[in-house]
Amino acid sequence: MAEPLWFTWLRRVGLTVLTLVTAVPLFVMVSSSLKPSEDVQSAFRWVPTELTVRPFIDIWSTVPLASYFANSLVVSLAATLFSVLIAIFAAYVISRYRFRGRQLFSMTVLSTQMFPGILFLLPLFLIFVNLEQLTGIQLYATRTGLIITYLTFSLPFSIWMLVGYFNTIPRELDEAAFVDGTGPVGALLRVVLPAATPGVVAVAVYAFMAAWSEVLFASVMTTEASRTLAVGLQAYSTQSGVYWNQVMAASLVVSVPVVAGFLFLQRYLVQGFTSGAVK
Amino acid sequence: MAATATPAPPARRRRTPRRPSDPAVAGRGRLLRWLPYLLVLPAVLMELLIHIVPMLIGIGMSFLRLTQFTIRNWTAAPFTGLDNYRVTLDFGGTAGAELLRSFGVTVAFTVIVVAASWAIGIFAGVLMQRPFRGRGFLRAFFLFPYALPAYAAVITWNFMLQRDNGLVNHVLVDQLGLFDERPFWLIGSNSFASLTVVAIWRLWPFAFLVIMAGLQSIPDDLYEAASIDGASIGRQFRAITMPMLRPINMVLVLVLFLWTFNDFNTAYVLFGNSVPAEAAVISVHIYQSSFVTWNFGLGSAMSVLLLLFLLLVSAAYLLFTSRRGRG
Repeated sequence: MAEPLWFTWLRRVGLTVLTLVTAVPLFVMVSSSLKPSEDVQSAFRWVPTELTVRPFIDIWSTVPLASYFANSLVVSLAATLFSVLIAIFAAYVISRYRFRGRQLFSMTVLSTQMFPGILFLLPLFLIFVNLEQLTGIQLYATRTGLIITYLTFSLPFSIWMLVGYFNTIPRELDEAAFVDGTGPVGALLRVVLPAATPGVVAVAVYAFMAAWSEVLFASVMTTEASRTLAVGLQAYSTQSGVYWNQVMAASLVVSVPVVAGFLFLQRYLVQGFTSGAVK
Repeated sequence: MAATATPAPPARRRRTPRRPSDPAVAGRGRLLRWLPYLLVLPAVLMELLIHIVPMLIGIGMSFLRLTQFTIRNWTAAPFTGLDNYRVTLDFGGTAGAELLRSFGVTVAFTVIVVAASWAIGIFAGVLMQRPFRGRGFLRAFFLFPYALPAYAAVITWNFMLQRDNGLVNHVLVDQLGLFDERPFWLIGSNSFASLTVVAIWRLWPFAFLVIMAGLQSIPDDLYEAASIDGASIGRQFRAITMPMLRPINMVLVLVLFLWTFNDFNTAYVLFGNSVPAEAAVISVHIYQSSFVTWNFGLGSAMSVLLLLFLLLVSAAYLLFTSRRGRG
């Protein structure tokens, strides 16, 4: 099927423009992270006067980046783990059972997606502070508080997506497991889950990315000791505006794990989104 | 209660897989009846703790005079009825006028960002619908801006938009000579344009990703049949591509709208703690008026109004699109 010449040219020009627009900020990030500080203090230079890896070494001493990094890692991993576990069980039930409140639950979970974060930020802040005064359980300014908060952020999407996945797995598989004397939980763990692995992995990546990138709650719910990269990096850029090479190096370092994971799994994420959308 | 023993059964059953008729069957029946509720319980609890209860408290707070003086003992804060709402919606007063202005900024920001992101997404999607050399690479490459953590991407833009050492002024002023004076991009009236461009740069890849998936589910036969009938590319786009993308577009536009309207990260990271009024979108405005002036009651009232507005728009949108879909 031949396409007209104008379309071929439209494609070439259009995609070239989009590639440039996408590439320039990425180029700035990478090239600036390899520049000496003189290069980023004066007018912008496309080509560094010399290439240096110093910024990548300096970032760890200029600000407590390692501590931010560790906080982000612990919070994101724990939030991901719990979010995925909780979502698996909830999604299995919604996919396989007709129980009272099923509709209400699904609707409520989905609608929390549209709540503005700012609406429950203030009350959550007060709940955490008061809970501490009443019971001594520390949630405000701790990693635990952030973990609990973040795991719920990815729950709605995770549940929605896993329900879609579980629905594509034939019930006959569960029933075959029942005949073998396995209960529903066993069927979920041994039959349904292995068949839904791509979905589970995608949900995990989504949950990790959401926690790793969150700014609003991190800016209110953390203090210096529990600060995550999202807030730490921003304070860095306003504090030491002149060290842009280091800021870019730090941005690059914190981006790599997420971008790698995302590119690896984008296909599964789309499948989830569209399967939910079509239904 | 048999129900409390749920975590154990899988392991136990694995050891004795074939005992369908043991005496525990009755207890198991009860367990099976409660099992769905039990499995869904953690999700319910977490949703209650982090979303539902705080939201209800937030609605309650909007009826209180909650300032830095009463915040310590907030349960005893004076009940003021609809006062906060009155102040918020009194567009003649300072708070009301600022909110109205921020609302206007947000609407303009949302409309431009959603329309542009969707249009670029569908443009790129259609251009890349048929295989060509390098398609796989470009497809992944275009997703980078969306995959980057928001703060890393926006900080990079912040650097590029710096007046003296940023790339944007270097290109516009030094290389192209479009301005005599170096413009400020992060303060004043240019800040809205900066915010919009950064938001589109980050969001369009998502629209593209979803639209690409939708395009791939359109059968090739449709296009083949159409081109045999002599339909031009433009005609094929109108008669096949757009109708087939309808279900996906419906959800996509709603999601883009909700994300953009609630977007806090882009403005907050791009401008730091002093977001210029021209770019103070609603969530930043509420954040600043709550945590800078410590007026939580007013902040809550604004949040509730924001939620009501979003609910209303979403409901109207869903009603409208589903009716058109049937008709």
